[in-house]
Amino acid sequence: MKKCLQPPMAGIYVAILGLVLMVFGSWRGEMPVVLEKAINICMECIGIG
Amino acid sequence: MDRRKHANERKRHGVQILWAFLTNSYLMGFVQGKIYKGKLKHLCVPGLNCYSCPGALGACPIGAMQAVIGNWNFKFAFYVAGFLMFVGALTGRVVCGWLCPFGLVQDLLHKIPFPKKISTFPGDRLLRKLKYVILLVFVILLPMVLVDVLGQGAPYFCKLICPAGTLEGGIPLVLLNKSMRNALGWLYAWKNLLLIVTIMASMVIYRPFCKYICPLGAVYSVFNPISVFRYRIDREKCVDCGACARACKMQVNPVANGNHPECIRCGVCKKACPVKAIH
Repeated sequence: MKKCLQPPMAGIYVAILGLVLMVFGSWRGEMPVVLEKAINICMECIGIG
Repeated sequence: MDRRKHANERKRHGVQILWAFLTNSYLMGFVQGKIYKGKLKHLCVPGLNCYSCPGALGACPIGAMQAVIGNWNFKFAFYVAGFLMFVGALTGRVVCGWLCPFGLVQDLLHKIPFPKKISTFPGDRLLRKLKYVILLVFVILLPMVLVDVLGQGAPYFCKLICPAGTLEGGIPLVLLNKSMRNALGWLYAWKNLLLIVTIMASMVIYRPFCKYICPLGAVYSVFNPISVFRYRIDREKCVDCGACARACKMQVNPVANGNHPECIRCGVCKKACPVKAIH
């Protein structure tokens, strides 16, 4: 029981890696691409384009 | 036991409805037939929530991933992949069970009485691998490889498959815009057909889209075994009665694997356990 209550370190490390990737993606300018796509009606998504 | 289970379900649906409202609360969009264009859309929401829904305040992570991968400038979406890793590593598929608006839609559809509900069928296990193929082919490879003369790839999952986009974005926008109604073609008909099939299937099978199709569920499922929020089985308390496995609508046996990739952390097994062995 004690063993399974230990914090799952792998999850914590992967979450930190995820944060690092988010920062890297933001740094290289991916967020404006997301914004650009999200603020214009996506014709493909709604089945017109 | 049933009362505990129903209380848990009510609580979960309450959270799902509240989250769906919070992330789709641009009500003017539903009035004017437009979408929100503010800076919040830099950010992804954790669930499958079309950014062309008139009320959407954030970006769908699957749509955003295809947009960045399909962009001639990038070809890989570190920002969105990092976001999904972060959320997945912390919570696993909690998002599927508690926060995804399309999961809520399927949950509600499954409550509609139907003569025979199907829990499993031959090929069910194999069909569940399909979502990983869809993730790889339609979300990653096609937008990366199948590009136009400018090097831009289309969001092929959104375009050809996603029924959430049709329900949350396509139908309301088409109803509210005459110009869009004039532009309808075979693609809109195809996507509506897929939506109808999904709706019908959801009445018979619990969450068929999540089980077999959803690429977002596929991503989060990879993190279920290592996520920080996880189920723990107290082997000393467990009496192997099988109540948890019988209660699970995703057909997971929590005693065999409390953090199975198919588990959406809905909590039904916890409430079904007579000796409270699942934490």
